[in-house]
Amino acid sequence: MQHDWIMGLIGGLMIGLAGAVFLLANGRIMGASGLIGGLIDGSGRDNRGERLAFLAGLFLVPAVIALAVGAPDTHATGNVAVLIAAGLLVGIGTRIANGCTSGHGVCGISRLSLRGIVATVFYILAGGLTIAAFRHVLGVI
Amino acid sequence: MRLLFALLAGGLFGAGLQISGMTDTVKVQGWLDVFGAWDPTLAFVMGGAIIPMAVAWRLTRVTRPLVGGSFPPPPRPEIDRKLVIGSVLFGMGWGLVGLCPGPAVASLGYGGFSGVVFLLAMLGGMLLAPGIRARLDSAVPAE
Repeated sequence: MQHDWIMGLIGGLMIGLAGAVFLLANGRIMGASGLIGGLIDGSGRDNRGERLAFLAGLFLVPAVIALAVGAPDTHATGNVAVLIAAGLLVGIGTRIANGCTSGHGVCGISRLSLRGIVATVFYILAGGLTIAAFRHVLGVI
Repeated sequence: MRLLFALLAGGLFGAGLQISGMTDTVKVQGWLDVFGAWDPTLAFVMGGAIIPMAVAWRLTRVTRPLVGGSFPPPPRPEIDRKLVIGSVLFGMGWGLVGLCPGPAVASLGYGGFSGVVFLLAMLGGMLLAPGIRARLDSAVPAE
């Protein structure tokens, strides 16, 4: 358990360092949903290259590490209906709220943005209630 | 240079997500599962990530972006219902499967069929979002 916490802290510092590089070098906020969504709905066509380069790194580096030292198990459900429902909710929700765990969470909270803090409180509460309802009441996930 | 820094940041983000265990949906759902086997790892990840970012935000007061341009404007103060409704919808999806946009891309190379289905649905949701956003903007608030 404590090993997981230490790895969490180390990985977290790397995530924060990544955000610091993106901010201090490129002047951009590292928000995964915004970077992806801008490519999908066309709102980010002015800096498509930068978005694609970021996402290439995000995809390739963990894939290469997985090839080199073995892939960690994501333990994601195989229930296609649940996957589709969850994917739609995450895609719609993050774009309407204009941010996700990285944008509102990491980048927002670290600059004491009220919007980032409020968003984080609401998505954690909603996630907690969803787990409680679907796992402990309905028993489907 | 802009593309190189973006690639570097993305790679570091992905490695950090993987090393921290955040591409493991059991650990993410464990953080949300206060009535089950609660797992506090996500708090360590969040805390660890906020420290360098807080320093970076401080530095934006005395520097300019390395590749030119300007830093993002100060955060907007207003809490609108798009922020709240969107965050609630996002949280529901996040709880159901344990994936959010960053880890969904980071784990695509080793997440198998489930990861691909989730990512495609997420991209579909992102395509639908502008229409829903416009409806929320045009609807008269119930007051």
